[in-house]
Amino acid sequence: MITEERLTIPASATKRFFYMIAIGLVLLVAGLIIAANFSGGHGEAHGAEAGHHAAGWGQRLLANLWMNNVYFSGIAVVGILFVAIQYVAYAGWSVLIKRVPEALGSYLLVGGVIMLLVFLVPIIFTGHNTLLHWTDHSLHEVGSPNYDPIIAGKSGYLNITFYTIRMVAYFTLWFLFFKWLRRESLAEDLNGGLDHYNKSIRLGATFLVVFGVTSSMSAWDWVLSIDTHWFSTMFGWYVFASWWVSGLAATTLTIIILKQMGYMKMVTSNHLHDLGKFLFGFSIFWTYIWFSQFMLYWYANIPEEVIYFQERLGGNNNHYTWIFFFNLFINFAFPFLVLMTRDAKRQMIMLKIVCIAILIGHWFDFYMMIMPGTMGGESGFGLIEIGTALTFLGIFLLRFTKELSKASLVPVNHPFLEESIHHHV
Amino acid sequence: MTSKKYILGVFNDEDVLLNAIEKTRAAGTKIYDVFSPYPIHGIDDVLGIQRSRLPIVAFFCGLCGTSFALWMQIYMLGFDWPMIIGGKPHIALPSFIPVTFELTVLFAAFGMVITFFIISGLRPTLKVPVMDVRSTDDKYVMAIELKEGTDISKLNDLLRSNGAIEVNEKEVVK
Repeated sequence: MITEERLTIPASATKRFFYMIAIGLVLLVAGLIIAANFSGGHGEAHGAEAGHHAAGWGQRLLANLWMNNVYFSGIAVVGILFVAIQYVAYAGWSVLIKRVPEALGSYLLVGGVIMLLVFLVPIIFTGHNTLLHWTDHSLHEVGSPNYDPIIAGKSGYLNITFYTIRMVAYFTLWFLFFKWLRRESLAEDLNGGLDHYNKSIRLGATFLVVFGVTSSMSAWDWVLSIDTHWFSTMFGWYVFASWWVSGLAATTLTIIILKQMGYMKMVTSNHLHDLGKFLFGFSIFWTYIWFSQFMLYWYANIPEEVIYFQERLGGNNNHYTWIFFFNLFINFAFPFLVLMTRDAKRQMIMLKIVCIAILIGHWFDFYMMIMPGTMGGESGFGLIEIGTALTFLGIFLLRFTKELSKASLVPVNHPFLEESIHHHV
Repeated sequence: MTSKKYILGVFNDEDVLLNAIEKTRAAGTKIYDVFSPYPIHGIDDVLGIQRSRLPIVAFFCGLCGTSFALWMQIYMLGFDWPMIIGGKPHIALPSFIPVTFELTVLFAAFGMVITFFIISGLRPTLKVPVMDVRSTDDKYVMAIELKEGTDISKLNDLLRSNGAIEVNEKEVVK
């Protein structure tokens, strides 16, 4: 008989997460003070020289909050997607690990609130949000000196009201499906039987449809609309691929850490092997999407299209060039070469290194997507960036570990539990 | 014409067979081969068959494909017959990537298939002796090569005690 396995989060770990948040906030505030005092003279001089206004510390704070929240919310929603896919595919192997991605979704509530605040607070106080250029009303008014016919033409979709409604809708839908799938899963632990399983399959299938639409649309809204003039039909896929790989890496890393702490004894190298194949395959998938997007724009070389890559490669005084190549190295070359052999996918140490690399790499991927459009050539990598990232990581881990400890790590009454225990590749 | 003699243990059940293989090997008897109607999960480990080294071949064949594709395109478009395409430099790496990818996959795939054929000796004239036609239907057959001085009755006992329903002798002419 399979018994429950409860995860107890030691108080020291929770304390560590709070320290993480505290240190992050201290670094963030210190960074902001330095930036505010430093960029006063610098911004003016640079602004006069380059003929455009320099991005200040406020903009930098907003951009960081936005970027980290998009990244962590993506990881959270990918957890639900993973569980949904496993149900729809009638997968057996993943039963022993499903409680980990299942718990990832708990961040969504926090993510939704932060996202709404970061979007709405600047609008309430200043009338528009400098992160998203199109929120400026004067761009849509014919006759205004700022009138921009291209942005005005998009105002049917990109207007503040509809945008807010969409944002609330994505988070509500994602969070509801997280709650529903979680509820069925926990009820199954108590009651057993096939009813909860069959209901989870129906929920999972519905979520796939919902996520298919909302993942693309949220990518347009939150990331693509920063570069309002530019568009890419691959963008939804691109953001999804980045989220998906990060989510898989987060899941795998958690499982490895839990195993090293002595939990999840029944998870063998066979399960890790499958997760490793996922990481390997979808790192290549991400690269495929990246290249498909890049090559078409590079080849056609139409000014209004290629500007996006000009800003990132060579433009902005080569500000982003190293990240551009670092992004390709750490998200493609590194996992591709390291995870190629069977042994690497079955050993925890190799997988762990790759997972950490991928998580850092895709953080930089979102940095590449968001910073050039919001900060121009002024983005930095200093106390503000590290502080914000640490704060978000701390909040994410608090929510995640709390949710993880709420239920048994082994879904004791899952109909495919036996199959998962005997999984062998 | 050389001929070889085999002792065939016929089994009814997959799990009994796996157990019998372990017992037979533990008794120090070398198993020639096992025939079954379908692939049996985990039989490689029980038979002590080592993991294939074909992936290594695949990697190096793929590497050859990558190098060949890059060399070919750089030589042709950069040196042998330079052409301006779309206003790009003669050696424009991003436009070479799709061909490089395709040739890597092609070389790796063909390299693996050809290596596999050579290593396993698969050729059009190859004749594979069918030890027992029932192994293509619903029986599992374990074949043990009969060398001079092998104690047949002992083998017989060993196989039967481990669940074989029949033990036959078969001579294969090569």
